[in-house]
Amino acid sequence: MRVKNTAIEWETGLAQQFDDLPQQHEAATLGMWVFLATEILMFGGLFTAFTAYRATYPHAFEVGSEHLYRWIGVGNTAVLLLSSLFVALAVHAIKHGDNRACTRDLVVAAALGVVFLGLKSIEYTLDIREGLLPWYHFHPEGANDAATKLFLVFYWFMTGLHAVHVTIGIVLLLFFAALCRRGEYDTEWHNPIEMVGLYWHFVDIVWIFLLPTLYLIKPG
Amino acid sequence: MTTLPAPLSGSEHNYLSRDYHVLSWLLTKDHKRIGILYLVTITAFFLLGGLAATLMRLNLLTPNGWLVEGATYNKLFTMHGVIMVWFFLVPAVPAVIGNFIVPLMIGARDVAFPRLNLLSWYLFTIGGIVALTAMVRGGVDTGWTFYTPYSTGYANTYVFLTATGIMISGFSSILTGLNFIVTIHTMRCPGLTWFRLPLFLWSLYATSIIMVLATPVLAITLALVAAERMLGLGIFDPAAGGDPVLFQHLFWFYSHPAVYIMILPGMGVVSELITCFSRKRVFGYSFIAFSSLAIAFFGFLVWGHHMFVAGESTYIAFAFSLLSYIVAVPSAIKVFNWTATLYKGSISLETPMLYALGFIGLFTMGGLTGLFLAALGMDVHVHDTYFVIAHFHYIMVGGMVMGYMGALHFWWPKMTGRMYPEWWGRFSAFTIFIGFNLTFFPQFILGYLGMPRRYHAYAPEFQTLNVMSTAGASILAVGYFLPLCYLIWSLRYGPLAKANPWNATGLEWQTTSPPPEHNFESIPTVDQEAYAYHLMEVPDAR
Repeated sequence: MRVKNTAIEWETGLAQQFDDLPQQHEAATLGMWVFLATEILMFGGLFTAFTAYRATYPHAFEVGSEHLYRWIGVGNTAVLLLSSLFVALAVHAIKHGDNRACTRDLVVAAALGVVFLGLKSIEYTLDIREGLLPWYHFHPEGANDAATKLFLVFYWFMTGLHAVHVTIGIVLLLFFAALCRRGEYDTEWHNPIEMVGLYWHFVDIVWIFLLPTLYLIKPG
Repeated sequence: MTTLPAPLSGSEHNYLSRDYHVLSWLLTKDHKRIGILYLVTITAFFLLGGLAATLMRLNLLTPNGWLVEGATYNKLFTMHGVIMVWFFLVPAVPAVIGNFIVPLMIGARDVAFPRLNLLSWYLFTIGGIVALTAMVRGGVDTGWTFYTPYSTGYANTYVFLTATGIMISGFSSILTGLNFIVTIHTMRCPGLTWFRLPLFLWSLYATSIIMVLATPVLAITLALVAAERMLGLGIFDPAAGGDPVLFQHLFWFYSHPAVYIMILPGMGVVSELITCFSRKRVFGYSFIAFSSLAIAFFGFLVWGHHMFVAGESTYIAFAFSLLSYIVAVPSAIKVFNWTATLYKGSISLETPMLYALGFIGLFTMGGLTGLFLAALGMDVHVHDTYFVIAHFHYIMVGGMVMGYMGALHFWWPKMTGRMYPEWWGRFSAFTIFIGFNLTFFPQFILGYLGMPRRYHAYAPEFQTLNVMSTAGASILAVGYFLPLCYLIWSLRYGPLAKANPWNATGLEWQTTSPPPEHNFESIPTVDQEAYAYHLMEVPDAR
């Protein structure tokens, strides 16, 4: 068995069960992709159920969609895309050994995540005022049949689950930004930055699907 | 197989003797210790699930259900199903045997993500405790399937708590699957190519894919059920525009593949045992390997056969029926290949081999009766009868539990460094086989005659067969109780195990029994196929 110096291990980030950094990198990357596959199937269950009901009640779902604040949704899409850009820049920076730029980009990405949650909170507040919360003083204006309520159930459930993911992502981004600032990562060793980047892009992509699914049902 | 010198037996510094402190177990990242933690946990769950089954069988001794009331009976079969499916069968071979053996088999120091591995045990245990809390506080009466709208709108039992427990433990099986996929992909030792992998790993790999892709759908489905139950959202409530059959689709999208989570690892075990105890190369290696992947793939496309009588369209039922026949093909390929491996082998009937042979016979019966159920016409006749119960117990108990017991005996020397008493092993294997058949064969007949499942009372003409079944269950209970006793006994009094007591191929036998903390003194290399028994010298003395 190879005996490894713990100081070197800490410095390089090589965990004891691996032979070398490339093997560890391969394992971490594959592990993250497998995890994201799990996540896709989890959201997939919701998208499937949503699609089944949308096919059954097309009109009621359009009505439900019209209650939503489309421009907040679109604006939030821009915010998330921009934050994904900064995560990509952070990964690029650390690959070139620029710790400062990497830290900065991660913090900016996290800040944009907070902006997303802020806008979402404003939207949720407006929704609740209009009585769009299915289990609390539910009284939307206009046509109000059971299926419209069903649409809103999925709206809250899907955007809520997504918001949980965004929150986790922000915590992770800030955590690894702090480690990056301490100089934990360099051109050789930056697995965690890449992995948190993959996760953040995933969170972004989920929203890219949520926007048309929920907000852009009716053309025009 | 390796270029290592013969390892010493009974090493002073093995993973067990490294540290005896309780915390060294509770905070361990060693895959072997985590396997042992799982072993202890699922054994406790097995006893609880078995207790529920015992009470059910006792109650069914008389047609009027003398022991418990109807409502209690409902809770008992729910408890039995929930515990046995999620807290015993799903983790049995993957989390106990797989955790212990996978890194050893591939010549690695540990799994790819040891911390996640430990986390998975904690999630499993917490999920189990939450589900048990629900059972202690009053139980659940929905059946393990939580069918809506009963579970969401009408049942006034602890549905929410039980569903939460199952969801939490679901994440543990996702983490286990993720760990195995990555470990098998990236941590194989030099020379161990994909087609030199022991077939156990192919089947665990296929199992892991199912765990990773199916379990999240269960999680989100149970979350929807829980949300609907707490907030009355109407997601699956017809009165509010929801569709209860949608729940069934989502639930079986997980739960049918989960059937393969519960049988594929057992099939992998049998491939190891059959080759070892007939001293032969496996027949049709790549057929067995790819049939595992085929089962995983087609297993995702058959869920609709649970809903033939639930208002599914005729055309989709045709498709699901056809696909259900197709998924039987790779299973049959395995059975034929195992039998061909036995042909002209020098067979010896040690305890693990008895379990493997039991597996083949009982699984075949379970599989063939599955074809009855895949037939659209026949299914209407036997749907929700004891025929279904007998069918899936032949797969789950006759197959998977047999495989698990075989694996436990086969790898027990490696896990503990002690041999179990062979005579008692054989005796209990026979007892289990006889008890199992006496319990469940009458249920095929009962189901065919029309006795519905999930009733605490039945028509008097069914009594004889029910008494037979209960008698069989008591023999089965003895059969399971014996290994519990003699395996614990062997921990202290069993003879010390050699590094390779079965003269088996496989890297796990190249290290000491029990293995050192990091598995191997030096990382092994592999230069030949798995199961090269034909190249092995004749063992001097077993």
